[in-house]
Amino acid sequence: MEPIAIISIFVLAVFVGFEVVSKVSSTLHTPLMSGANAIHGVILVGAIIVADHSRTNLELGLAVAAIILATINMVGGFVVTDRMLEMFKPKKGGENK
Amino acid sequence: MNHFLYSLIGLSAGVCFILALKGLSKPKTARRGNIIGAIGATIATVVVFFYAQDGESLPLNNLGWILGAIAIGTVIGVPAARKVQMTQMPQLVALFNGVGGGAAALVAIVEYLHLGDKANTAEVIATVFTVIVGCVSFSGSIITFLKLQELMTTRPVVFPGGRFVIAGTLAATLAAAVWVVIELGNNPLLILAALALAFGVLFVLPVGGADVPIVISLLNAFTGLTVAASGYVLDSTLLIIAGTLVGASGTILTRLMAEAMGRSLFGTLFGAFTAKPQEASGATEERPVRSGSPDDVAILLNYARRVVIVPGFGLAVAQAQHTVRELADLMLAKGIDVAYGIHPVAGRMPGHMNVLLAEANVPYDQLAEMEEVNPTFGQTDVAIVIGANDVVNPAAQTTPGCPIYGMPILEVSNAANIIFLKRSMRPGFAGIENELLYDPKTMLLFGDAKASLTKVVSALKNL
Repeated sequence: MEPIAIISIFVLAVFVGFEVVSKVSSTLHTPLMSGANAIHGVILVGAIIVADHSRTNLELGLAVAAIILATINMVGGFVVTDRMLEMFKPKKGGENK
Repeated sequence: MNHFLYSLIGLSAGVCFILALKGLSKPKTARRGNIIGAIGATIATVVVFFYAQDGESLPLNNLGWILGAIAIGTVIGVPAARKVQMTQMPQLVALFNGVGGGAAALVAIVEYLHLGDKANTAEVIATVFTVIVGCVSFSGSIITFLKLQELMTTRPVVFPGGRFVIAGTLAATLAAAVWVVIELGNNPLLILAALALAFGVLFVLPVGGADVPIVISLLNAFTGLTVAASGYVLDSTLLIIAGTLVGASGTILTRLMAEAMGRSLFGTLFGAFTAKPQEASGATEERPVRSGSPDDVAILLNYARRVVIVPGFGLAVAQAQHTVRELADLMLAKGIDVAYGIHPVAGRMPGHMNVLLAEANVPYDQLAEMEEVNPTFGQTDVAIVIGANDVVNPAAQTTPGCPIYGMPILEVSNAANIIFLKRSMRPGFAGIENELLYDPKTMLLFGDAKASLTKVVSALKNL
């Protein structure tokens, strides 16, 4: 990929990241952190790519470890965030399901 | 699948992540936001299996290993997330973040081993960055986990000459980084990883218990950036977008949290360089306190017009949320005005207490934030502090130099009477003595919060 394309993506993503969370009440800090935490579990994609082109046992071993860790991060992260947010459900009505 | 389609699907996953963060920042849409994020991550993961990377063919090599590893990760992650007590959730989040950082570092190491001499300088620099920050995030998160789980002391760990050790380790890490970029060897990379792991431990050790959530949030942002850097090395736009989003939003979130706690981010992070070993304040333990019985508390409550409940982490530990609600309902039935005063960092993380009370079905409108409730303490007859300490400690306003100085507190000292439900005279998470306990209008009720509250409830019923 062109370096300038990568830099553009990076800079724009920084601004989007700043913008979407700039006004969040302290009530939601913990779930938001947890949700963002789950999103970076998408490193799983990277782990799968390196496992695909691993040639030696060492590479494959490390890649498999990376996949396990990334999966824990991603799957566990979304599940625990959902559990936190489930508790906000009552009385507010309608929005969930 | 061709590259265009693959990238397009990756982009849609990126959009999901943006919508997820957007949704997560409002109470009404938060749960939906999280689900959208999960959908994005699923799309991103599934599509990799259908696209042949440069020079590879489908199906993926080592497919069995990959699927097996995903299965193992799921089997570990899901039950952990399902079964964890809500009180222990902050450390689980820390742990998840740590393994994510570790995964990013491993991905960078494998890619480095794989590329060998073919890597260009920019790729090597990105790799080095990922290895350092990923390792720091991994080992640092483990330490935050140990602190929150109270497997190690929650006080700042400061040892003589500590700042030089930390600075030395950082310098050695950076030197190793330069070495890797110049030499391109496998051994330098392993040494770099080891140094970065050590630095992560040293970086978090001096952080005091109350500041740990800020550090978790910061390490979370760090992990995001490593994912972005991996995206560059692996030529994956999706990883760049997702990682950068988390890095940027995590940085803002860290700042917001630090503001909510009245802490300077700089002070938190570089506490290591300025912290002095704390002096033990011994003599204070001997002073008299006024302790009461559940009946005394019930009588006080019965004749109150307005009561504010200040819940803290001790309440959650004792699983007393439901009993508190019972007490509140009873008082409301007697025509007493009841509100919960929620400190932004009550519990172990911003928003943690709201989650715990919501679990006990406490109506949303009874939860008052600190800014709302503070001006009303003057008209409050009784403030009941249940298992909280640091968030009501006047030392935050009166004692410059104490670890929580500057943190906004719930000003319960303005209430006519204060009741503390405590297990013992042990100081709070931040390890500071609370003057309020010795105040003449304070009554202490010792014991497990749930047991004490149950007695108060039955005493109040009989009045």
